Amino acid sequence: MRRVYVNEEWCLGCHLCEYYCAFAATNGTDMARALRDTKINARIKIEENDQISFAVSCRHCTEPYCVKGCLTGALTIADGIILIDREKCIGCYTCILSCPYGAISPSEDGAVQKCELCARTAGEAPMCVKGCPNEAIVFEERG
Amino acid sequence: MRLVIIGNSAAGIGAVEGIRQTGSQDEIVIISGEPYHTYSRPLISYLLLGRTTEERMRYRPEDFYTKNRCELIFGTAAKVEPESKRLTLSDGRVVPYDKLLAAAGSVPFVPSFAGLGGVRKKFTFMSLEDARALEAALGPTSRVLVIGAGLIGLKCAEGIFHRAARMTVVDLAPNILSSILDAEGSEIVQGHLEDIGIVFRLGRSVASFEGYRAVLDSGESLEFDVLVLAVGVRPNTGLFKGIVKIDRGIVVNSRMETSRADIYAAGDCAQGTDVSSGQSKVIALLPNAYMQGECAGVNMAGGSAVFDKAMPMNAIGFFGLHIITAGNYNGEVYCEREGRNYKKLFYGQDRLNGYILIGDVEKAGIYTGLIRERTPLSTIDFGMICKRPGLMAFAREDRKVKLGRPSEVVETGDMGVY
Repeated sequence: MRRVYVNEEWCLGCHLCEYYCAFAATNGTDMARALRDTKINARIKIEENDQISFAVSCRHCTEPYCVKGCLTGALTIADGIILIDREKCIGCYTCILSCPYGAISPSEDGAVQKCELCARTAGEAPMCVKGCPNEAIVFEERG
Repeated sequence: MRLVIIGNSAAGIGAVEGIRQTGSQDEIVIISGEPYHTYSRPLISYLLLGRTTEERMRYRPEDFYTKNRCELIFGTAAKVEPESKRLTLSDGRVVPYDKLLAAAGSVPFVPSFAGLGGVRKKFTFMSLEDARALEAALGPTSRVLVIGAGLIGLKCAEGIFHRAARMTVVDLAPNILSSILDAEGSEIVQGHLEDIGIVFRLGRSVASFEGYRAVLDSGESLEFDVLVLAVGVRPNTGLFKGIVKIDRGIVVNSRMETSRADIYAAGDCAQGTDVSSGQSKVIALLPNAYMQGECAGVNMAGGSAVFDKAMPMNAIGFFGLHIITAGNYNGEVYCEREGRNYKKLFYGQDRLNGYILIGDVEKAGIYTGLIRERTPLSTIDFGMICKRPGLMAFAREDRKVKLGRPSEVVETGDMGVY
């Protein structure tokens, strides 16, 4: 299965992946318009300090603690992609407690949010990958 | 082979998924004491709060049993005969088994208060039926008295607060949520709940009930209309007395095997090892129940699985204030507090033992991972991670592996099920 992988040495810390991720969630056609005056809360997040930056998003583990521990059954695996049913999620944050990557985060409406590899927007590669100007995030099959 | 599972909640469902994962075609029979499709027990408070519905609180989709080819029997297991490998239900039905899983959960513990028999409107808070009965008993003028300021008592209080005229919580312990918080943490949460309007009487017990009046050991008497008993739960092990080794719960190894061949146990009724402390414990929490059940299922079906990553861990929130805790609270302490944001890390011998987060809980799982994997703190930037959980604190090479390899071989995303 193809997944998002991070090449830390190429990351510029530009945060464009976060903007593209937030844009993907809007289903809009123009990024600037869709995100104007909004505080973005992306499902991929940059960690950075003075020297290093890299993006972190769901690893889509094959034995995911988040799915196994989910209280409601809102987190499921479909074709290797870990999906969140935001209607079913009650925002208990057991998945935030469980994820060793810190890749699941709270959202404004109470349910948690996470990367679903743009599965719902049916893109070729996820938007964060398409939007990365330096191939620091790639979408690949690595066995 | 016929694999029989006593229990239709997280551990039982985990077992079904574990069995089918192996490709096993074995017959599966689930004995459910409650006449319902599997539902998420912790959601009963959210149901009363109006945040979910009976339909949405189903733990698995409608077609779960058909898809997994399970026979679901509504009934109560009454007798296990391990020599003849027979299970008898309370209505006389006999269910033969080849392998049996005890996933019967826990039962509410109700102390024998003087005069309790005279209180008709009293409820425990463990099942959908409890929630429905409690809801039916509540009216806009109801004064509710909750005995027990633990996870169940306070979730119940939150769930029905908007339906009650007054809400008082009594607990013998001097602090609320004493099973998961230290004194300072519980003070923060208590302040939040008091601001909402919940009244506490802590370090107090009920001496007696005189009709709908509870007389406390302090002499104070509290009038109420509805009583919720949430003192605690006990592992539901009665069926297995004299059959398998029972301490506080049914003792299991890391394969979820009990002391008797072909009988497994998982979830609230089982007692296994806490990875954070090495102690043998009942860890009555849903994620643990699922993972133990899944492990038991794989092994019952002839596979080979180990689950040795269990630990106490809680994610819980009250009126918007989130709490995440894990592990044990021994060792040296790192503490930060700012308003209602509170962080405490407990560490020693180069390992993280446990943590408490209140308010800001983002990326808590990174701390959980350190406990779960027993990561030597000398291999990470501990000072950095104390301030802020992140992968930044790991060595570049470790991070490269975490973010750059296929997750099939990621240890930290692996349950230890091989």
